Amino acid sequence: MLELRKDIFADERDDNLKEIGKPTQRQDMLGHVTGTSPYFNDHMLQGMLHLKVVRSTHSHARLRRIDTSEAERAQGVRRIIRGADVPVNLNTLLSLINFGKDDEPSLAVDKVRYKGEPIVAIVADSEREAFEAIAKVKIDYEPLATVFDVEDALKPGAPVVNEVYPRNTFTYHETYDRQQLRFGDADRALATADHVLEQRYQMSPIEHAPTETNGSIAAPDTNGRYIVYTSTQALFFSVDTCAKILDVPSNTFHFIGGTVGGGFGGKVDTLTEPLCILGAMLTGRPVRYVFGREEEMQYGPPRGAERIYIKDGVMRDGRIVARNIRAYFDSGAYTRLSSYAAVKCAAHLPGPYTIPNVHGDVYCVFTNRTPATAMRGFGVTAMDFAIECQMDKLAHLVGMDPMEFRILNAYRDGDMKAHRREAKNTALIECVQVAAEKAKWPIREEFRRMSSRKDGGGARAAIPATPPESHAPVAAPSQQRTTYDRAPVATREPPPPPPPPSSPTPPRPNAPSHGATRFSSVFGTRRR
Amino acid sequence: MAKTALQFRHNGRDVAIFVDGGTNLLVALRELIGDMTPKFGCGQGGCGACSVLVDGELHLSCLTLAETVAGRSVETLDGIKDGPNLHPLQRAFADNFAAQCGYCTPGMLMAAKALLDRNPSPSRDEVVEAISGNICRCTGYEPIINAVLAAASGGRARA
Repeated sequence: MLELRKDIFADERDDNLKEIGKPTQRQDMLGHVTGTSPYFNDHMLQGMLHLKVVRSTHSHARLRRIDTSEAERAQGVRRIIRGADVPVNLNTLLSLINFGKDDEPSLAVDKVRYKGEPIVAIVADSEREAFEAIAKVKIDYEPLATVFDVEDALKPGAPVVNEVYPRNTFTYHETYDRQQLRFGDADRALATADHVLEQRYQMSPIEHAPTETNGSIAAPDTNGRYIVYTSTQALFFSVDTCAKILDVPSNTFHFIGGTVGGGFGGKVDTLTEPLCILGAMLTGRPVRYVFGREEEMQYGPPRGAERIYIKDGVMRDGRIVARNIRAYFDSGAYTRLSSYAAVKCAAHLPGPYTIPNVHGDVYCVFTNRTPATAMRGFGVTAMDFAIECQMDKLAHLVGMDPMEFRILNAYRDGDMKAHRREAKNTALIECVQVAAEKAKWPIREEFRRMSSRKDGGGARAAIPATPPESHAPVAAPSQQRTTYDRAPVATREPPPPPPPPSSPTPPRPNAPSHGATRFSSVFGTRRR
Repeated sequence: MAKTALQFRHNGRDVAIFVDGGTNLLVALRELIGDMTPKFGCGQGGCGACSVLVDGELHLSCLTLAETVAGRSVETLDGIKDGPNLHPLQRAFADNFAAQCGYCTPGMLMAAKALLDRNPSPSRDEVVEAISGNICRCTGYEPIINAVLAAASGGRARA
């Protein structure tokens, strides 16, 4: 048995990892204060060309004709790239974990689905020449009806944004049009509650606005490989996505990243690398593709908008007895990561509270808006905003202090959560107590004495009887059929509840794609 | 396209380059001289990431035509160290955790240097005013303000 001689490096690392409570300097601080941290765009390569894309001026339109003949003759233009030049011109980011269908082209071919969608890429000697050539591309659009509102998108007759999902909702496990949570009988509990409060909450899309815009530089390397400097926040994800789109083995690429000038979730979509590498492949030269500020703000993906309806039943003593939530996550024109955001939305219901009757529906909806992506707790942030606003309103309604109201309803160790998992290591009560103390907010003695570790479980650990759905909820728009359904669907059966956490592997898409690993928080299955 | 010969001082050294008409100082510094310390953030004077000093005065290099610095002295973050030794502002930024992603840091440091060069003991409000044209999207303004104040008082202590 060979052993590393740790004594040689004893003064470098003592295996004592007790760092909490001590300031620790960032390892990249010296680079930052001297301006030598290597951002992707800090590489000037000999003979570098510049790639810019022609973006759709319409939110939804058929592409009748794309005429690049004049642009091809423009000064400095090395190569025009069209959708047909992209080896695999259809992808969805989470296909790498077998989640969702390929629904987004790198360059639009027959149709554009949001304003700013890339249609043609131009590689030129300078950025200026690329922009001048862009002005010479003529595109004949046939405008189509648009839909920008999540609930409008689910109405009968709504325009179909993305033909891969003809009902304008992401399809989970190839069957379900939503994420669904059923626990107890919310309808009955609402009917007998002392008070019922229904409210509507929404959040706009939010742009990450990193100071460094998205971009990458790709260059032919020795032995047929390509070196790629990139701003990505998800380096290996980007490598695999590029390998799929460009139809080459992933070891074709040497990605260099890690120094990111602000991301906040807006640099996980592999927005620039595939076309940048393709430009290098087609010209044999280094190619840079970097977003301008306007592109970043207008066409870079934002945090997705959400609309959330909450209907709660509460008793005079302050106990919440039912919570009914219907939420719509605006994915924009393509899935990207929003399908996963909706899973997180549903996983967050009904907030950190023990509520015996919970009814939740979360839809991932397609509209003609800019595709949404990750951003700091996406899927949870807006839901939390809505739930906590609702908690304040409920407290007011029953005449309780909002802090005490939260302590009263907080989950405790041993309680059964609506997802049918036992609550463990809960600490909301203690958090509220500390927050009240720090804010010098008076709470009564009995609430100061409450604990997450006491009085949980017992009756609160029971799984209530959950009635099968005998009828379609009146208000759920997804129950309405649109005329754009491709195949007639037989009588709609009540959708079964989502598979329990320990169920076998969910069905896979028909065409297996790269890297079939399991992602526990998406599927609810354990990582293997 | 006709190019114009351009000479100026860059961090104390004379440099000569040929620029296209309309080339801005940011592109000239980064792509023709190879000084990557000024950053592109917006190209429209909104973020301050490209800030440099021209004859000691703070300028947004993305909005400065390269040809206007002919014969003048341009100073960037690359020039503020004393050999291998960090400038007091750089040390103060490091000690006060005043950088997160680091992308706004070069512009912040040049804005701070412009302030301290003309006002060695600024008030907190003056520091805020001095960096008000520089966006830190990681929103680390408090440590940045503290770092500038620390560098200012550190400089006084040495004087």
